[in-house]
Amino acid sequence: MVDVLTIREAGKTRGRLRTLDAVSLEVETGQRIALLGHNGAGKTTLMKAVLGLTQLDSGTIEVDGARPGSAHARSVTAYLPEAVSFHKALTGREQLTLFARLAGAGTGRVARDLVRVGLADAADRRIGTYSKGMRQRLGLAQVLLGRPKLALLDEPTSGLDPISRHELYAIIDEMAGQGTAVMISSHTLTEVEARTDRIAILREGRVVADDTLANLTLRAGLPTRLRIRTSEGVAERIAAETSGTRVNGVSVDLLCAPEAKMAELRRLSAMGEAIADIEMHPPRLEDLYRHYSQGDGR
Amino acid sequence: MIGRILAIARIEATITRRNRWLLMATLIMLLFALALSFAGSAPTGTLGVDMLTVSVASMTTLSVYLAPLLALLMAFDSIAGESERGGLGLLLSYPVSRGEILIGKFLAHLAALGFAMMIGFGAAGIVAALYGGADAASLTALLRLILTSILLGAAFLALGYLMSGLAGSATGAAGLCAGLWLVFVVLYDLGLLGAVVMDSGGWFTRQLFPWVMAANPADAFRLWNVAASEGVAMTTGLSGAATALPVWAAPLSLLLWPVLALALARLAFARVEP
Repeated sequence: MVDVLTIREAGKTRGRLRTLDAVSLEVETGQRIALLGHNGAGKTTLMKAVLGLTQLDSGTIEVDGARPGSAHARSVTAYLPEAVSFHKALTGREQLTLFARLAGAGTGRVARDLVRVGLADAADRRIGTYSKGMRQRLGLAQVLLGRPKLALLDEPTSGLDPISRHELYAIIDEMAGQGTAVMISSHTLTEVEARTDRIAILREGRVVADDTLANLTLRAGLPTRLRIRTSEGVAERIAAETSGTRVNGVSVDLLCAPEAKMAELRRLSAMGEAIADIEMHPPRLEDLYRHYSQGDGR
Repeated sequence: MIGRILAIARIEATITRRNRWLLMATLIMLLFALALSFAGSAPTGTLGVDMLTVSVASMTTLSVYLAPLLALLMAFDSIAGESERGGLGLLLSYPVSRGEILIGKFLAHLAALGFAMMIGFGAAGIVAALYGGADAASLTALLRLILTSILLGAAFLALGYLMSGLAGSATGAAGLCAGLWLVFVVLYDLGLLGAVVMDSGGWFTRQLFPWVMAANPADAFRLWNVAASEGVAMTTGLSGAATALPVWAAPLSLLLWPVLALALARLAFARVEP
């Protein structure tokens, strides 16, 4: 695999604030990486640095071997800004045609990409009449235009309804399938969980985690929660025996380390009739995110 | 490069047409030019010049105020506004340079301004010629007025981009542009007038004053139109300063300003972080 984006020790100070602090990341062809972090953690600054819109104080960034902001880097990169706004007086088709001309992609793709994002019917209406979701989809259409090697999507799902989100991720998968490396910053963890290959978490300008979901889970060592539904009247006894916490009349919660999970399950099933059911809750991205972004990680 | 400049110019022209800027600018020019032509037609008999000459003289005075104003109104939003709306960051993620964006916008805005000038002054000129006669000299003066007005507009478009690049927000840019207009069009002349009165015919008035005047694009515009036409000079009473300068001074100033201001705007634009 080839790295499309290489960030080495990137640093940026704004006033007294260290917005990027020795950030290193690599993104390969066709990889989907999620960039997570609180507001102000440096996600947008990092994207702007990759685009060459913001200059770094230290460190280097290479986009397909070229300097950010150079003609080559710009021609292989697509960008969807957060809450993108186009000129209200233009139609979707006119706006997209401009981008196609600037990208040198030829205007032949415009109509096809408008269909792909579901804007075929609204193509000749003014953008001023579009809903937020439609504007976002127009933004995505311009990402598709140049068949980029690298796509930077800043909060692409904000303000979208669930169906549009689903479609958006379908398009992202398609792009990745064609070899585009996609970097998505997002707050919507549940979607990112299922739809990305790798997760990087930024906290106060530093990368505090950068791995696959499985590895992050393993490294965090967060407990799996077992919810045990007991038979009538024995919840108190089960709670005492398993040293779990009683939740209500018939349920007991038990936390156990990932590696101890199977042993725990065997012990529980040996208890026979007293246990009616067991639900397993492995740590979710939300728990991981909280773990890494609040500084428990390192 | 040309392709990208034209793509930007084309979309800006569409925007100018769509948001009725072109229509408004043309209407304003037309109404003011027609009104002034008729209101200013009274002294025709006493001066012994045709009505078109008087009309051109009035419209010269009008254009000094209106051309910079319209140009600044078109230009102030160009960089700061786009940056605020988030469109600039996206635009710059494409392989288009800041210079290309600037020139593309400039071409579109200049075309709109030129259209408004030609329709406004042209219509008023035709009406004046039909009512009160015209000759080759007054027609040349009209043509010169239109061309120099477009040049004056070009200078202030570029100055507008400069303000837009320096200001952090569209509101700030609007404020800077209003100040700029006031300084170049009103305060500059008042200051010079005060200096001339204080100097009472001394070295400053005779040697320096005409040059200082020509350095301001709005005054250079006035000087050029006045110096080139005897009739216009007579009706505006500005001939003193105009004759003290070499013929090339005012045209040079008016031609240099758009280029210089565009270069400065490009430098200011380079520092904008969208």
